Amino acid sequence: MIEIRFHGRGGQGAVVASNILADAAFKEGKYVQAFPYFGVERRGAPVTSFTRIDKDPIKIKSQVYKPNYIVVLDPTLMNVTDVTSGLDKDGIVLINSDKYPKYYNLSFKTATVDATSIAIENKLGSRMAPIVNTSILGAFAKISGEVMLESIVLAIKESAPSKKEENIKAAKQAYEKTIM
Amino acid sequence: MKRLEKLVSIKDLPEAPVSNVPSLNQKTGTWRVFRPIVDKEKCIKCSICWRCCPDISIEIDNEGFPIINYDYCKGCGICAHECPKTAISMDREGK
Amino acid sequence: MVKKIMTGNIAAAWGARLSRAEVIAAYPITPQTIIVEKLAQFVSDGELKAEYLHVESEHSAMAACIAASQTGARTFTATSSQGLVLMHELLHWASGARAPIVMANVNRALAPPWSVWVEHTDMMSQRDTGWIQFYAESNQEVLDTTIMCYKLCEDKDIQLPAMIGLDAFYLSHTSEIVDIPDQEKVDKFLPKFEPAYPLDVENPLSIGSLSMPHQWYPEFRYKIQEAMERVIPKLNKIEEEFYKEFGRKYTGPLELYNTEDAEVVLIISGAATGTVKETVDILRKKGIKVGVIRLRMFRPFPSDYLVKALSKISFIGVIDRSFSFGHEGAIYSEIKASLYGLNAPLIKNFIVGMGGRDITTDTITKIYENCFSCLKNNKIDIPVEWIDIKV
Repeated sequence: MIEIRFHGRGGQGAVVASNILADAAFKEGKYVQAFPYFGVERRGAPVTSFTRIDKDPIKIKSQVYKPNYIVVLDPTLMNVTDVTSGLDKDGIVLINSDKYPKYYNLSFKTATVDATSIAIENKLGSRMAPIVNTSILGAFAKISGEVMLESIVLAIKESAPSKKEENIKAAKQAYEKTIM
Repeated sequence: MKRLEKLVSIKDLPEAPVSNVPSLNQKTGTWRVFRPIVDKEKCIKCSICWRCCPDISIEIDNEGFPIINYDYCKGCGICAHECPKTAISMDREGK
Repeated sequence: MVKKIMTGNIAAAWGARLSRAEVIAAYPITPQTIIVEKLAQFVSDGELKAEYLHVESEHSAMAACIAASQTGARTFTATSSQGLVLMHELLHWASGARAPIVMANVNRALAPPWSVWVEHTDMMSQRDTGWIQFYAESNQEVLDTTIMCYKLCEDKDIQLPAMIGLDAFYLSHTSEIVDIPDQEKVDKFLPKFEPAYPLDVENPLSIGSLSMPHQWYPEFRYKIQEAMERVIPKLNKIEEEFYKEFGRKYTGPLELYNTEDAEVVLIISGAATGTVKETVDILRKKGIKVGVIRLRMFRPFPSDYLVKALSKISFIGVIDRSFSFGHEGAIYSEIKASLYGLNAPLIKNFIVGMGGRDITTDTITKIYENCFSCLKNNKIDIPVEWIDIKV
């Protein structure tokens, strides 16, 4: 079983991202589970959500404490939240950031993608509050190899309430532009 | 379905506490000790009595006067108390 | 049959939709809101032909459901926590009037302090309302149980309402794979509701009028209990039919997991069962003989089934995610009572996960260890122990 923890701020789409990732893996025939850290969601407040992916049915119903991947949707969270808490020593951190991975100087494999610019370019959300979740998932497909970009695209196509093409384009661009 | 009071055994009882004898058949007029009488001379057809009757026992006739349904009127006297023209008197039953 | 990723809330809404609920009266409350939003959407999109009633409180929601049910409409509502306890008065009325309403309740703790997270106290405190009570472990079970509940509740031998508990967030907001059965198959499985005593203006009835002490009150109460005693046999039959139609097996009031040769068995209800099963798998790999029994149903209480399932077990740990203040966990009380007079094994109560405190495999491992230590000493140190209290 692999476990992914998403860190974002209310409104950025972290919960939706965990769901789309689960849906993409499900389309590849895997068993999945996705859930928010049961907060009272408010715009701007730090939020956490989780995805589990396994080849067997998933029984466990507790939170994720030892993730294999960390996905950070907002670079400012790096200063306020211990995002790598519990991360597996071989785990990977993926950050939405315009910096190079080594800027963060983490003791884990680190990848970055400028999902904010990609989201703005594709008119996802507003300039002040871009919705970066579909971009970051494109990057996740690239760095993890746990799920194919095509499956992410398919899941976006089915679940995005609007701007399907823009969201898909953003995922594909992020896939190309991720640095590790 | 029989009247519940005519049943003798739990075996006769419906599952739910229902009866096909509606409350219309419960003639509460027999409970009355004082009987409201409308004085049409004094009545101004304001229908306050009709609105205040807690047992829906007052109807309004074609001319606009209140008609009391003695089958159900329990003689509570609210109509007489509320009448702005004291047009309803409460007379002891059986007199 | 379509498999989709969906949350427990969406699964509950689909359960009502596939059952063709005709009247829905509900008031939104976290974390149940999505159930009523989804149903409102189904109705407004014309995908579900139902009367959707906006009411001003949960009390009114239940009042509307009772009246609708008595006219012969298949009726659904959903609530949680404070909403459920506000309904309390009318829950008694619904069962007393034998209205087969089906309700989803997202199990959530009660305030104060405010908590929107999982706990079972909301439903446990409705124990004596005459409602059938289910607690689900998965979103699939939420959907399937909703459909099965209508068949069970509307049966002429039962005519009782049922509530299906789904744990706040762990089910309500957790996405899992759910198989949505075909509508035609559900229609075949679930015939139209034919009420025994329909309210009809052409043939007036009075329902629930006065019963003097010398008249029929105790007899009507006795009849509710007689119906309750028919619930589990009927449920077993319905689950068999469900299996034939949809291929998913449910196991009556209990689900046994690795209990056959177990030395220590935990008893639990709700979504956290999954985490206990996971722990059982981990401990079994180390050769430790543990098992778990999931209580799917709290009312009627499956005493006979438990006595049978526990006959060879040396030690029982009962996990309550609720508490009866001044006493102990409610499930623990019931199980002890069920075993009274028999050659009972050692039994201990664990109070865990109140207010949504996460129940992890570590928590459960600790509880199993606690049980083994009691078993070894043949003595229970603390009969009712609160786990994970910060001391």
